[in-house]
Amino acid sequence: MRPRIGIIDYGVGNLRSVQKGLSLKGAQPVITAEEEALRECDAFVLPGVGAFGDAMERLKPLKGLLLDSLDEKPVLGICLGMQLFFDESEEDGLHQGLGVMKGRVIRLPASVKVPQMGWNRVEIKKKSRLMEGIKSGEYFYFVHSYYAVPTEDVTVATTHYGTEIAAVVEKGNAMATQFHPEKSGAPGLRILENFVSMAKKG
Amino acid sequence: MLAKRIIPCLDVKEGEVVKGVHFKNLRYAGKPQELAKLYDKQGADEIVYLDISASPQGRKTLLEVVEATAEEVFIPLTVGGGISEESDIRRVLKAGADKVAINTAAVKNPDIIRAGSKRFGAQCIVSAIDAKRVYEDREDRITVETPQGKCWFDVYIYGGRVSTGMDAVAWAKRVEELGAGEILLTSMDADGTKMGFDIPLTRKISEETRVPIIASGGAGKLKHIYEALTKGKADAALAASIFHYKEYTVGDIKKYLREKGVEVRI
Repeated sequence: MRPRIGIIDYGVGNLRSVQKGLSLKGAQPVITAEEEALRECDAFVLPGVGAFGDAMERLKPLKGLLLDSLDEKPVLGICLGMQLFFDESEEDGLHQGLGVMKGRVIRLPASVKVPQMGWNRVEIKKKSRLMEGIKSGEYFYFVHSYYAVPTEDVTVATTHYGTEIAAVVEKGNAMATQFHPEKSGAPGLRILENFVSMAKKG
Repeated sequence: MLAKRIIPCLDVKEGEVVKGVHFKNLRYAGKPQELAKLYDKQGADEIVYLDISASPQGRKTLLEVVEATAEEVFIPLTVGGGISEESDIRRVLKAGADKVAINTAAVKNPDIIRAGSKRFGAQCIVSAIDAKRVYEDREDRITVETPQGKCWFDVYIYGGRVSTGMDAVAWAKRVEELGAGEILLTSMDADGTKMGFDIPLTRKISEETRVPIIASGGAGKLKHIYEALTKGKADAALAASIFHYKEYTVGDIKKYLREKGVEVRI
């Protein structure tokens, strides 16, 4: 069975790569913002493009559906999609997030070039479903100016860029990466594969 | 720590790869998506397509090439050339590119950087700057000492054909303010020579800005790339011919860099 994964289309940017990656790993991905179409899905991807405030605004009509789904369906946040899981963000003023995970999104430290753009090592801190089969210290592709600081124990992997940064978080069915698995070559595709197998079980 | 990036660049004309020497005398060198796949396997950190098609048909063909590439290549893809308005950015990103490189359009209308950055995010707006040395000591220009003498850097547009008289260092700072997330810096003097990058240019712009800098133009030997990433302080090095003509693989370059103590993804 090819699980149906809804890639939530709440703006702009390249959604094709995540779509192709999921499809390659055995899913049936659909890019949509239609609530009806999303209800049919076994799992969701919350992709990452644009600014936090805008994204929350566009996501508003789907917020209820997303939060309800978390009881039984896995949801993968990518980049900004990860940040949206948290309580609030300091990007362009203070904005409320989905509040699925406790913590705040803040700007990268002034000691480093912003955005962080490129491949950085990810250290695994504890066992997780998303990072299964991936060795600690593997490189992943990051592009971001803000990062999440969790105030509860959700971090499963970190990276270092000016400071220690949560790179992968998991809390029940909510899971997310600050980097782009769909742009991180073979190790990134492995993460998508892990997610597809969770969608199958779900 | 963030790894230094090695980026093969493919000049694409009417859907085929070409590489110009000093931006002239184009030679054929293979299908873009096939080369992109090969470079991905070799360990390339990103791929850049520069579209030098003159016709609207050629541009359309490029979108098909981007779509075909996104089917199989799962590393970042930047597309430059022929981006003149917001709708062009949207089309290219929708086809499967992650970033767009904008040169001429930004000089003529800097607002495209600001608007593009706001709409699509700074991370996907790359400001491409083609710079050429002018050996003059002028007070109204930012000058740099080079082994060849004191010079400033003139910004060129239209694929290196037209001088603007604009100061490249000042322009780099301006595009950063406007919201560019990265600068793709090409030395017109070095491009196609295989004699090494313009290190004083690269270093100056790296020091004067806070966004990542991709050094481009002049890669011929392994040590040239090492110099751009160390003395030149670039975050990434871009090259074309040394890869297309199989002089070195991306893997050769990374192995060399790692031995010299530069952090690279292997």
